Amino acid sequence: MGGVTLSPAVSKAPAAVRRTSRSAVRRIWGSVLLKRIAFYLVAAWAAATLNFLLPRLMPGDPASAILLKMSELGPVTPDRVQLVHRLFGGAHSEPLWRQYFSYLGGLFHGDFGLSLAFYPTPVSTVVRSGFLWSVLLLGVSTVIAFVLGTVLGALAGRRPGGWLDTVISPLSIFVHSLPYFWAALILVYVFAFRLDWFPLSGGARPDLAPGFDPRFISSAVTHALLPAATIVLTSISGWLIHMRNMMASVVNEDYVLLARAKGLSETRVTTAYAARNAVLPSVSSFAVSIGLVVGGSLLTEMVFNYPGLGSLLNQAILNLDYPLMQALFLVISMTVLVANFVMDCLYVLLDPRTREAAS
Amino acid sequence: MTADPILDVAGLTVEYGTDRPSRAVDDISFRLHRGEILGVAGESGSGKSTLMTAVTRLERPPARIVAGSVRYHPRDGEPVDLLGAPNRQLRELRWDRLAVVFQSAMTALNPVMRVGAQFVDVLRAHRRIGRKEAWQRAAELLEMVGIPGDRARNYPHEFSGGMRQRAAIALALACDPEIIVMDEPTTAVDVVMQRQILGRLQELQAQFGFAIVFITHDLSLLVELADRIMIMYAGRVVETGAAATIYRDPLHPYTLGLRDSSPSLHGRPRTVRAIGGSAPDLWDLPKGCAFHPRCPRRTDGCDTVRPPLLTVGGHGTACLLTGPATQEQS
Repeated sequence: MGGVTLSPAVSKAPAAVRRTSRSAVRRIWGSVLLKRIAFYLVAAWAAATLNFLLPRLMPGDPASAILLKMSELGPVTPDRVQLVHRLFGGAHSEPLWRQYFSYLGGLFHGDFGLSLAFYPTPVSTVVRSGFLWSVLLLGVSTVIAFVLGTVLGALAGRRPGGWLDTVISPLSIFVHSLPYFWAALILVYVFAFRLDWFPLSGGARPDLAPGFDPRFISSAVTHALLPAATIVLTSISGWLIHMRNMMASVVNEDYVLLARAKGLSETRVTTAYAARNAVLPSVSSFAVSIGLVVGGSLLTEMVFNYPGLGSLLNQAILNLDYPLMQALFLVISMTVLVANFVMDCLYVLLDPRTREAAS
Repeated sequence: MTADPILDVAGLTVEYGTDRPSRAVDDISFRLHRGEILGVAGESGSGKSTLMTAVTRLERPPARIVAGSVRYHPRDGEPVDLLGAPNRQLRELRWDRLAVVFQSAMTALNPVMRVGAQFVDVLRAHRRIGRKEAWQRAAELLEMVGIPGDRARNYPHEFSGGMRQRAAIALALACDPEIIVMDEPTTAVDVVMQRQILGRLQELQAQFGFAIVFITHDLSLLVELADRIMIMYAGRVVETGAAATIYRDPLHPYTLGLRDSSPSLHGRPRTVRAIGGSAPDLWDLPKGCAFHPRCPRRTDGCDTVRPPLLTVGGHGTACLLTGPATQEQS
């Protein structure tokens, strides 16, 4: 379109502005996206490289420790020895740069070696099952907490000092100050142990094989309800207070007053004008917490003995399972990056001002 | 000018806070006629903006309207008191009959909505109109104030300050209102842009015939624009009358000070003088005439008697110096 011919002299003419404004917007948007993708690719590469270097920088020889442990657990074949050296270095291994390239090659095939804690299951299998449990439980409950907290916060902040605000805001500050593990244990004690409404622990009934089987799914859901409730209950207040405070300041903005002067419905003024602007900072924080869903589930998963990544990480540390740890760290850092990338893109769509600022 | 009232404000009183309220607007009455431009002038803190939000029912806590009435006279049907009107009725009147332009057009547009969409939503709230047609109308309205129609697709941050200000005026015209209340609509732009905007505003006013309440601190600007002027000090009207009369022969010492504190745009040059002192604390108003501590012509009684607003032949003033004389005449 006219974008190619756009020069400073031409762009001053109204006709040229008219022709190019839309394609220019599209072009800026495209270049922003490319820059972001490049940035995140570099960040992902840096994370993978650090993950490669860390075990090699550790004092001692993790590879020998792993091999020793493996030999205690069962016979170690030569190709397994080679794999351990590829992943963790070691005395008899190849030069660093060759190790590095074979490590990167292994990453692309999802080859992280064998888990020591779950010997001889491959790490990738262990991580994949934990990943699903964690993402389903924490992902869903984080989204629910965010949506509920933000909606309630918007309603409370719409009229600061109104009845909803005076009830909800102090209550959420109270809930916010409860230590998570304590609240979770109380809920387990009351609802699972005393009342027996929910199962005490685990991800699903152990006698059911995981799969798209209605009995397994319903068992997984009943097992997830209580842990999900504790997560929603304890994290909702953070979103609520955040949104309430943003909303309370945004409702005083001139554009909200003007929206009211325009005689728009109260709903329209609250949503399209006030909440639409107030939610922007919450969206950025949401990106961070979605990224941490994978790594930050340790407490919940320990209280409920839930088979997610948090439990895996705990077991990996207890068993000095380096292959599993290395894979988990990589998965966590990659998830944070992916979540941030998605939210970055979303934010550009939500806030038109960032499109120009980023270009 | 026909004596056809469109807005009748009587005894309007607005307070801030409840425990120890301060009166930002104290017992103000005025009448706006169809197609008239009424200027309201005063210093910062004189209550002009509070008056504007109260008249348009946009007051927000801690501001409270404690007394008075704001009666809107529709072309057909009974007058409506905006202070007592139910929310639904008020919402129907808003923008359709009574539009506003804010002091800060920079922040009056929603930053995350396309400029055109902010026309479209108000058009669709008050008119039976399709989405496409509404966008068309938004473009037309922008063209009316000299902004290319396709800029409707832009976001507010892609507009310059002057463009946003003009867009805010175009937005006020969207539903062809009978009254537009403007609070310092040209304060944030440079003088050249101010001239352009006011010129365009006068053309549009002549074309569509809406009435304007124009609030500003700049008295010299009002002289050219307004039919009548109302001068406010400490929440009260101190002088009111035809624009030319007020400017040429101000009766109240405050009006005189206000006039002489800015250079004249036309006529002979004169020395610009500031008014001594500063606007009074509304929580602790001086007794008697609120202006007396700053008044160069203060006499006995100014600090005890609060002069009422007395009107003769359309020219009213609240001052002991001029008051008794006009009383004798009446």
